Parts: sequence; structure tokens; C-alpha cells
Amino acid sequence: MSSYITRRILQLIPVLIGMSIIVFSIIHAIPGDPATVILGDQATPEAVAELREEMGLNEPLVKQYFSYVSGILTGDLGTSLKTSKSIQEEITPYLMATIELMMMSMIIAIIIGVNAGIIAAWKRASWFDYTAMLVALIGVSIPVFWFGLMEQWIFAEKLGLLPSTGRMNAREPVEALSGLLLVDTILQGNWSGFWDVLKHLILPSIALGTIPMAIIARITRSSMLEVLELDYIRTARAKGLSGFWVLYKHALKNAFAPILTIIGMLVGLLLGGAVLTETIFGWPGVGRYIYDAIGSRDYPVIQSGILIIATIFVFVNLIVDLLYSLLDPRINYR
Amino acid sequence: MKPLLSVQNLKTHFFTDNGVVPSVDGVSFTVNVGETLGIVGESGSGKSVTALSIMQLLPSRKGKIVDGKILFQDVDLSKLSDKKMRRIRGNEIAMIFQEPMTSLNPGYTIGNQIGEALRLHMKMNRNEAEQRSIDLLKEVGISRAEKIVRDYPHRLSGGMRQRVMIAMALACNPKLIIADEPTTALDVTIQAQILELIQKMKKDSSTSMIMITHDLGVVSEVCERVVVMYAGRVVEEASVRTVLESPSHPYTKGLIRSIPRLEQDVEWLESIPGNVPIPSEMPTGCKFASRCEIATDQCMEEEPELYEVGPGHISRCFLAREVKNAITAT
Repeated sequence: MSSYITRRILQLIPVLIGMSIIVFSIIHAIPGDPATVILGDQATPEAVAELREEMGLNEPLVKQYFSYVSGILTGDLGTSLKTSKSIQEEITPYLMATIELMMMSMIIAIIIGVNAGIIAAWKRASWFDYTAMLVALIGVSIPVFWFGLMEQWIFAEKLGLLPSTGRMNAREPVEALSGLLLVDTILQGNWSGFWDVLKHLILPSIALGTIPMAIIARITRSSMLEVLELDYIRTARAKGLSGFWVLYKHALKNAFAPILTIIGMLVGLLLGGAVLTETIFGWPGVGRYIYDAIGSRDYPVIQSGILIIATIFVFVNLIVDLLYSLLDPRINYR
Repeated sequence: MKPLLSVQNLKTHFFTDNGVVPSVDGVSFTVNVGETLGIVGESGSGKSVTALSIMQLLPSRKGKIVDGKILFQDVDLSKLSDKKMRRIRGNEIAMIFQEPMTSLNPGYTIGNQIGEALRLHMKMNRNEAEQRSIDLLKEVGISRAEKIVRDYPHRLSGGMRQRVMIAMALACNPKLIIADEPTTALDVTIQAQILELIQKMKKDSSTSMIMITHDLGVVSEVCERVVVMYAGRVVEEASVRTVLESPSHPYTKGLIRSIPRLEQDVEWLESIPGNVPIPSEMPTGCKFASRCEIATDQCMEEEPELYEVGPGHISRCFLAREVKNAITAT
């Protein structure tokens, strides 16, 4: 197993190299001179020349690539053109905000989606099955921005139950340690802060988690239906096990592989595709950070943002691959 | 003495998109304490559905017991709540299935799967259950039981897995074991081993057994009494010896004739022409009439009842006595 993990990690190297080449080429793929594009039409030739020098654009392409990669490897993502600050320092809080939102959304999506799928499969063709699958269909169909606005309108505007934007109450800011504010408030024993952060998380994570929840519910249902037909389910029932144990012990473990695959892919989707949700809920996440960078043509930030999200995506899928072996002992890693 | 299990006029119907299929249509039989009853018949005769009806494991929504009683120790299983039935399943009535390759969960160890019933019904803890699982595996002839108990099913051969299934069935010392074609999916040499094991298990305990099979050879080795089923009905019932030596139903006779014999040099194996009628085209008279060599006009129009042809010997044939005597004569 450990040799498998090593081999699997070694396999990541070409993937990561390929990724870095693509990200590196973004800046060179734009037509014309990057410095001119960044500074705009009105820039003086001196300013353009200065920026070219600063960005190292006068060096040979290969040398530029290697200095870019060696920068990344030493943890140097470059500086933002707009703020002239170090990108990794600037991006970390945004990234953590996105990760916190993504994890909350996935937790909601997995808990509700998997259970709804299981019950729908167990009570196949019942009113629960039909309702759950109709809700799931609606869930994948409604646009996030509309759903988010509706949530805000009902729960913040009409009922006044939950805050509509931001990560916390600006008047009582929470001190960030890891950047995952729920964790930070627990570590500091700041319970009112925890409650405040949690309240701010609820609406955006429901908005972001609805589509994954619907997808997970549908995958779980179909995967469970397949497994429930199998002989060993009948064996389990013949032993006198209750429906709960048959479903959650015997069926779910064998039905979980496709669900896990989908979860891995959804994590990637949520990391990069949360721009709409983040914008609607004023969430200071990485999606919005990159979006703003695109607006101001801050190419180093765009590059780094994409690189980080892609890297997380690759590693999440590595973890998914490793988890398969826990689900199915027949998978032989040698 | 009261029988352990008494199935009375059991009717199990399947409700499909193409209409109602009466898979089991008025079946009655009894199993006494310590006895092994064989249920014999072709595919589609309703043997397995009978077994699943007793266990209350019919596919939900589709299969339903519409009439009859299943009295197990005087309790009607068909009327029990799911919760009460779960206390009987695996505990008082255990089942061995046909497909050892697919009947074990690939995701859990052998010990976990045998121990499950022990922890559930006997309230054993994890260690006790594992120890008992090892003992059970040894009883069913698995060497290196201490190692196998931590292995996953995919590492075991079909014969080994069927031994595991038998160990699982024996786990809680059930009063009745239903074996649904336990040897069908196995190699011939393994079949013999498994049958031997089943006989040994029976000798060691007072467990009653229902052996479902299409193989009269298996019946003759393991069973004391046999019920022959055809198209969801019992067509003949008697002791194994009587059925094999003087069958009184043409269908049973056909089954016996289709057993290959070593001492005879034949070019073709005997077979019963035709198939079990499809439920939607079930004839009004005797269900076997269309395949029967000696069917009369009466057989085509009227369905025969079960006639007593000897002590403990019943047959669903108008010509039962003639069939019986013809055999004895030849």
C-alpha cells in the first residue's frame, strides 16, 4: 500500500509540470505584448519597457519558465501588479475562506444527498422517492444566483434570521489563525464568534451545496439500487439484520465508489466555480479574488490562483483514489 | 408429535407489469423435528419462492403471500411483524443460498460476516464472536481458520465460500436450515464434499432441514422425505425410498428417468419434452397434461387433487395408482 502511495505521488509530477506549463503560457498566449496588454493602450513606451524588465519578459522563454517554476517551488508566487504585495500572502485568506465555504457546502451536500439517495433507493417508487428525485432535479436545474438571491430575500430580508453577506460581523471581527474561522473560533474558545461565523456560513453554503447535493442524491440512489439487487444483500437480510444495517453497512460500502468519484470532482468544481455564490454573498473567496484580478489584468495573480486551485483538485483526487482501497479490499495496490 | 414447520395452502403471487404470476399456488407440507425434507422440481416450479416465503424475504412490493399459513412452532410467520421476523431469521431459521460466489459481501471479512449474526442474536461481543467464528469455520472443515476469519471473500474458492455460508447458517444453532440448491453452482467433486459436510452437520445436531434441489441424486443422499413441485404446486410427496422406487406421478417418473446412469450405455439422455407452462398460459386441467405421455381427456379439463396412494404417499394424478403399479411391475 505504501509503495502504491509513493508511485501514485510520483505520477503526479508530470501532471503538475503540465499544469505549470499551461498556467505559465497564459500570459504568453494573449495576443500582443503582455506588458502592453496589462498597462493598456495609453501607456508610455517607457512604462511598458520598465514592466517588461520587471516581469523578466526580455529573458528567453525557457529561462522565464524555469525562474517561474523555481519561484513556485520555493513558495514564491510572485507579486501582484495591482497591489505590489506578495501573492501568497494576499491569496491565503481568500483561499481559506473558499475552502471553509466549500467544506461546509460539501458536508451539507454529502449528509443530505447520500441519505436522501439511500432512502429513495430503499423506498423505491414511493412518494419519498418521487419527491426526493423531483427536488434533486429542481436542485440541479435552478441557477445559483437566483437561488442565492431568494435565500437572502427570505431569510435575511423577510425573516431577518440570518445575515445575508460577509463572513462575520464586521463590528466584532474574529482573529484569524488558520483562516478557517470556524476552527479558529473554537481554538480561541470564542463561542459567540463561532455562532456568528456559522450563521454567516449557512446561506452561502446551502446555495453552493444545492447542486452537489442533488447530484450526490441521484448518484447514490442509482448506485444503491444496483447493489440492493445483489445476493449478499439477501444474505444479510437472511441473518436477521435490520434495514438500517443492511443499507448502511452492507449496501453503502459497496455502493460508495461512484459517489466518492463524484465528490472528488465536485470539490474541484466548488473551489473554482464558486465565483457566483461568492459575489452574491459578499464572500471574500478565491473565486472572487481571481475574478477581480481578471478585471484588472493582474496576470501573476490569475496564474497563481489557477495553479493553486488546480493543485488542490489534483490532490483531492489522489485522496479519492487512495480511499477506494478502503472501500473495496479486492483492489490490489502493488 | 407436532411438526416444527407446517406450510398450509401457501399462495405466493408476484405482481408484475404483465399481470399476476402465481408462483406458488396452494402448497402444503410439513417438516418434523430433526427431519430433512427435499423439495424437488424444475426451474420455475416455485421451490425457491416457497423458501423465500418461509423466510419472509420475498422481493418487497413484487412478491406477496396472498393466502395460507406458515406455522413455525405454532407461530404463523406470514402474520409476524418485520421486527419479530428478524428475531427468527438467522437465529431459528437460517438459509444457505445457491450462489456462494456472490452471496458474501466483498467488503467485509469472513469473521465479520459470520460474527454479525452472533453479535445480533447471541449478544456476543467482538472477541467472542470472532472466537466462535473460528470454531465454526473449523467445524465446516476449513483449515487455517484463524487466518481465514480475517480474510476477505474474494480470496476464497467457491467451495470454501459455501463452507463459510454453511458456517454462517449454523452460527446461532438454528432449529431449521433451508438450503436452496447449495451445490448447484459448485464443481462435481466439491458438490460431494459439501453434501458430505451437510450430512455430517445434520448428524451432529438435531437441526431440521429443507433441501431445495433439482437433483434427485442429492435428495436420495441427504433427505428422508421428498416433495415434488411442478408449476407452483405439490404433485407428489412420499419418503425418498418410495418416490425413487415407485413414483406415482408421471412428472416424478420423468425426473427419475432423466438421471444419467453409469451402468446403461445410452446415446441420448432421457428428458421430459416441453417446458413448464408460462403462468399466463396455465392450462385449466392438470398443469402437466401437455407434457404427459398418458394424459387423458379428463386431465386436460379437470385439475386433479392430491390422492393418497399409500401410507404417507400422495400424488396429484388421476392415474396415480396405475403409474405406481406400472413402475413396480416393470
